[in-house]
Amino acid sequence: MSEKTINWSAIAKDPRFIELHHKKTAFLFGWWIFSSCYYFLLPIGAAYATGLFKIQVMGRVNIGYIFAFSQYLISWALALYYAHVANKDFDRLTKELVNDLT
Amino acid sequence: MKKLLLAIGCVLTLSFAAFADEPAKAVDAQDAVPAAVATTDAIDAEEAAPAEAIKEEAAPAPAPAEPAPTSLKANPKVTIPIFLLIIGVTLGVVVWSARKTKSAADFYTAGGGITGTQNGWAIAGDYLSAASFLGISGMIALYGYDGVMYSVGWLVAYITVLLIVAEPCRNAGKYTLGDILSFRTSPKPVRAVIAISVVAVSTFYLTAQMVGAGKLMQLLLGINYTVAISGVGILMVGYVVFGGMTATTWVQIIKAFLLVAGAFVLAVLVGIKSGMNPFRFLNEVAASEQLIEYIKLLPIYMQEVEAGTATVDVGQRFLEPGLFLTNPLDQISLGMALVLGTAGMPHILMRFFTVPTAQEARKSVIVAMSIIGSFYIMTHALGFGAAMHVTPQGIKAIDGSGNMAALILAQSLGSDFSPFLGDLLLAFLCAVAFATILAVVSGLVLTASAAIAHDIYVNVIKDGNATQSEQVIAARLTSLVVGTCGILVGIAAEKQNVAHLVALAFAIASSGNLPVVVLSLFWRKFNTAGVICGLVVGTTAAIGLMMVSPNMTYPEVVADNAKKAYTKLEANIAAGLVAPAAMEKTLATIEAEKAKEANNRGKTSMMGLSKPLFPLKNPGIVSIPLGFAAAIIGCLAFPCRRAEEMWDELYVRQNTGIGMAKAIDH
Repeated sequence: MSEKTINWSAIAKDPRFIELHHKKTAFLFGWWIFSSCYYFLLPIGAAYATGLFKIQVMGRVNIGYIFAFSQYLISWALALYYAHVANKDFDRLTKELVNDLT
Repeated sequence: MKKLLLAIGCVLTLSFAAFADEPAKAVDAQDAVPAAVATTDAIDAEEAAPAEAIKEEAAPAPAPAEPAPTSLKANPKVTIPIFLLIIGVTLGVVVWSARKTKSAADFYTAGGGITGTQNGWAIAGDYLSAASFLGISGMIALYGYDGVMYSVGWLVAYITVLLIVAEPCRNAGKYTLGDILSFRTSPKPVRAVIAISVVAVSTFYLTAQMVGAGKLMQLLLGINYTVAISGVGILMVGYVVFGGMTATTWVQIIKAFLLVAGAFVLAVLVGIKSGMNPFRFLNEVAASEQLIEYIKLLPIYMQEVEAGTATVDVGQRFLEPGLFLTNPLDQISLGMALVLGTAGMPHILMRFFTVPTAQEARKSVIVAMSIIGSFYIMTHALGFGAAMHVTPQGIKAIDGSGNMAALILAQSLGSDFSPFLGDLLLAFLCAVAFATILAVVSGLVLTASAAIAHDIYVNVIKDGNATQSEQVIAARLTSLVVGTCGILVGIAAEKQNVAHLVALAFAIASSGNLPVVVLSLFWRKFNTAGVICGLVVGTTAAIGLMMVSPNMTYPEVVADNAKKAYTKLEANIAAGLVAPAAMEKTLATIEAEKAKEANNRGKTSMMGLSKPLFPLKNPGIVSIPLGFAAAIIGCLAFPCRRAEEMWDELYVRQNTGIGMAKAIDH
């Protein structure tokens, strides 16, 4: 693969690249904003919704603890979901593009 | 341009010197704190300390049944062999990797030959510093829910790394952050500025780790501080100089494995005591009598009782927020610094250059997230376990900051089976803490050296014309110099308060590095002026706000606290609340507090302030938006056509990985 023969702007204008780019951008930034908002609800809730956080659900376990614990689960779930989508869609689209264009 | 760089360099040097001169906070409880371990800005016993000191002495002694131990010493007969074993294994790794390290790519990125899984373990090893291991378990042991809440941000931060920076960095980068930023900008100024920023972040973080290492070893093994730092430092320099990235990676992998194994064994031991039932466990924690006594005396709980809002079930209060983290704005600010700063930490970003493809980079973040997340969940068991089995009183008797909680727990749980097992577990955990510090500092030294050798020497001074052997020699020499400086700074900073340096490193990474990395990768118009403005303004804002924040020592405030403390004690004596046995100690405390007041009264902080100008301990909430704004304004003010023309290439590369082979072969 020789560097000089690659026409970058042609790839950038390729409809498949644009499709990939749109899909990726929407997915990545969308889920990033979701995860950040979900995370910042924790300190905000702990400070301003103490009454809610204190409600005991199962024995000693209260909503605050469940919410803090859910942060781990949500982060893991999001990471695995992203890996799934990326392995299935993004990598396939990328590979098709690279095979055709270079 | 040169003048500008020189000026930035001077500002950073001065500010560093200034931070290093910051006198240690004169708080009794904090004197013994391994500073790096108390990383957390949020951890600040200062305001609470005088009040607590009073209570402990003034309370008409709920007579401790048995005298609690006041120190924790590892048994040298068990500890030394374990230490030697770890040092031996890691040195073996260095000899093996030294033979494989021939080119610059080998040195900086292990030739791109690390697999995703290996890199995931190494990232976890790089990231889980002694602060996470000892600091967070201690925070949970002393403040319950707030410690749990605090631990969350450290994992969530990896979502940003995974979604935004990991794969584009792998596809667009080569050895350093400078490679990504200089892709479509004027390479020389950009590389010089980013190298200064990387060195600043690494040095702040490194100093905190070194001082923490020295204090921890001093406390546990009873060896001299200077000897401890020199030992850690010489090993660290050896790993990096001879083994480069390959050795550093394997030291980090070994350490991550030891850390997870240690935490797992402890968590299982804690679990067995409660029949492996988490509900029963929490029930036992909340029903612990000593813990209830302790909560009743917490100032915040006493206030709640007065206000009539306190939870009736005292033990349950431990599982509710607000025992420690009381300023939500500071929490949000810290959260921003974590979530954005981790993705701007040069030693974490550098790890993505060691894997061959974007897929492997992705896999490594996923592996790292599972390790880091599981580790923090085990930390909850350790923290609550220590609160129940060791009790907060027992932990505070040994170290006021709570950093020793996990270690005391190890000894006490092991001793339930046999005294030898207690010693063995303690020795193992000490060795893990030691390996932890080694792994983290090696990563930092390598990152700082790469910035100096690759960005400044090869690309700025030699215009990129250096042979492979010249590059490797430059890299090794720089590592030697950086490592030696690290040792010297560590020794010099023994008596300084360095706990806020880690918060500062995250603040700089999130306000300076992250905005320019993200904008470089995702904004067509971004250019040289944008990079330089963003880095300079973001970094200066973070450092500047930190220097006028409550993290610094304000003698007037110290004097006021001392006055409050002795006034209260005198009132207690007058009211006959002090037991005769405690009288002598109380009088001595009053004298000490008076001397402290006299010493500090009328003086100002290093910046000439009598009280903080900026109310938060974490500057992120202000400095991060400033960094982004400066980068965008700078870029729009000086548009550059070339940068826009190069955009297609960068964007196609970072999305597809086309052309990456060149980056690896280079």
